[in-house]
Amino acid sequence: MQKLGEFKLPPFFNYPPYFTLQPVKETREKQVQLWKDLILDFCKNQKIFVISLEEDFSLFSNPAIERSLSHEAKVVFLSALVNDGRAEWMDKGHKKCLILWLRIQDWADYILRFVRDNGLEDGVMTVEDIRSGFETRGTELAGIDRGVLIRALKLLEQKGKAVLFKGSSADDEGVKFSA
Amino acid sequence: MASLFRLPAAELTTSCRPIFLPGEVERCLLPGVDLESDGSDRPTPLLPFQSSLLVLTSHRLVFIDEASASALEISLPSIIHIYPLKKSMSIRSMFASPRVAISNDGTISEKGTKSTVITLVMRGKNMDPDVFYGRFMEVIRAREWELTASANQGNTGLEGSSSGTRVNDLKITMPVVGVSGILRKEQESWESTDKSLQDAFQDLNALMSKAKEMVQLAEKMRQKLLATGSNSQSNSNDEETVSKQDMQDWLLIVGIASPVTKETAGALYHQQLSRQLADFVKVPLEKAGGMITLVDVYCLFNRARGTELISPEDLLQACALWEKFDVPVMLRKFDSGVKVIQNKTHSDDEVFARISSLAQKPDALRKGISPSDAAFTLGIAPALAKEHLLSAENRGLLCRDVSAEGLRFYINLFNEIDSANIYLIKSHGLLNAWVLATTVSC
Repeated sequence: MQKLGEFKLPPFFNYPPYFTLQPVKETREKQVQLWKDLILDFCKNQKIFVISLEEDFSLFSNPAIERSLSHEAKVVFLSALVNDGRAEWMDKGHKKCLILWLRIQDWADYILRFVRDNGLEDGVMTVEDIRSGFETRGTELAGIDRGVLIRALKLLEQKGKAVLFKGSSADDEGVKFSA
Repeated sequence: MASLFRLPAAELTTSCRPIFLPGEVERCLLPGVDLESDGSDRPTPLLPFQSSLLVLTSHRLVFIDEASASALEISLPSIIHIYPLKKSMSIRSMFASPRVAISNDGTISEKGTKSTVITLVMRGKNMDPDVFYGRFMEVIRAREWELTASANQGNTGLEGSSSGTRVNDLKITMPVVGVSGILRKEQESWESTDKSLQDAFQDLNALMSKAKEMVQLAEKMRQKLLATGSNSQSNSNDEETVSKQDMQDWLLIVGIASPVTKETAGALYHQQLSRQLADFVKVPLEKAGGMITLVDVYCLFNRARGTELISPEDLLQACALWEKFDVPVMLRKFDSGVKVIQNKTHSDDEVFARISSLAQKPDALRKGISPSDAAFTLGIAPALAKEHLLSAENRGLLCRDVSAEGLRFYINLFNEIDSANIYLIKSHGLLNAWVLATTVSC
């Protein structure tokens, strides 16, 4: 089985037609479905939040069979993810794509669970702590994309589960949780 | 198919064209001919044969009834007398059709040596009966059947195709030695050129007579135009000027469009061409495995005809007419625009089965199939092979792979993959076969 970093690639990754955008409708649908799932799995495994179409992305080519996705194909697969609500284009030119292998709502739930499990209700944490601090090491929150985190926290704020506030310096945002 | 008339039956091809004897050449076609007997065939009367297509050849008169796909013939040597063409000039009988009566020697009636008079009633509107009559007399005079008979006795190299194709030259191989041989060859080629020229001029004669009518018509129209022109000072509204313009355009068109065969033979030309094509195409179809591109047919057909080439439009029209007849071939257009001729019995499924099994061989699993690979294995032209691969792709049997090596096709594995468990490979499936074939080479 081939690997890309720590990620185990499925057997059809070596199937050349997998890398050619299929014209026949039914075949195309199956192909798109497989790519969507693969992108999400890979990004989750590697903690990748942003795919830039202007840079090489290791999942989009397979040197062993000398095949890579065309630009058109990449756009098709990422757009499909966007349509599913599992990704968002970050710019009008569709050059950068934010991958939500957990939806914002899912992140919000995850944070809440984390707070409860660690008795952090009524506690205060900085945003940066959540991203890279000691407490979150080993959880999905470690290394989370800042933008995604803020949005998740804002969602919690709307539900009254948290309050965001600015600290003394510009980069020092904090959040107070209330269970 | 009972013989309505007690003349000998003539053999037809599956497209209702007569099967020609060696050396026999078609000379004239006349639709809408009725046959009447003179009543001398009592007590068992010969029934009339209605509205048939008459084919005059160098050896026979063949009457084809397309509806029942049957035909009768009168061999030219059995004709002992041809009565002059009877055309009534009086107004009362203006609707009577021209008739030619021929009397046969006894070979047609079973009873013996009595002769019968058979009348051909020409009801068709498109062909000039004088032209037919002229050709008929010519053919009788030429007595080409005697030439064939003597050639048959003593030669080995008689060249002539069987069903369907026209033979323009009768080649008889006689000992060709020295200067006399060369002279004889020259003589023969002059004779055949002369004959072709004569035939061409026959068509021209028909054209000329039609042209005269057309010119008269054009004159009448012109007079009319001039008349309306001079009256139009007071009421020159747009409508009138438009119709005047139209009339002028039509006159132009009438002047330009007068190719010989299409005007004089009209719909009949395309019909006969269509049938002849259907016959001709059988052998190449067989050789090509049941399907052949229209372009190839165009080349082959024209090459076989030799001098009377047909245009691509003629070919297309001829193929389009097949829908109306009961012929065993059909025109088919692929999505890519490629047109082919195929047997009606051709089965796509059979081709797909062969492609499918080809795509599952270890080599194909590893590297896929290119159109030329498929062409080689299936024994068909590369352009057709590509069409088949594309059709198979459309059906979901194959998937395409585009790379620096070009377009290749693999057996469709997408359907074998379980989305819920993408790492699963069932032990006896296609996916497994593919994995085995591809890991071995690594």
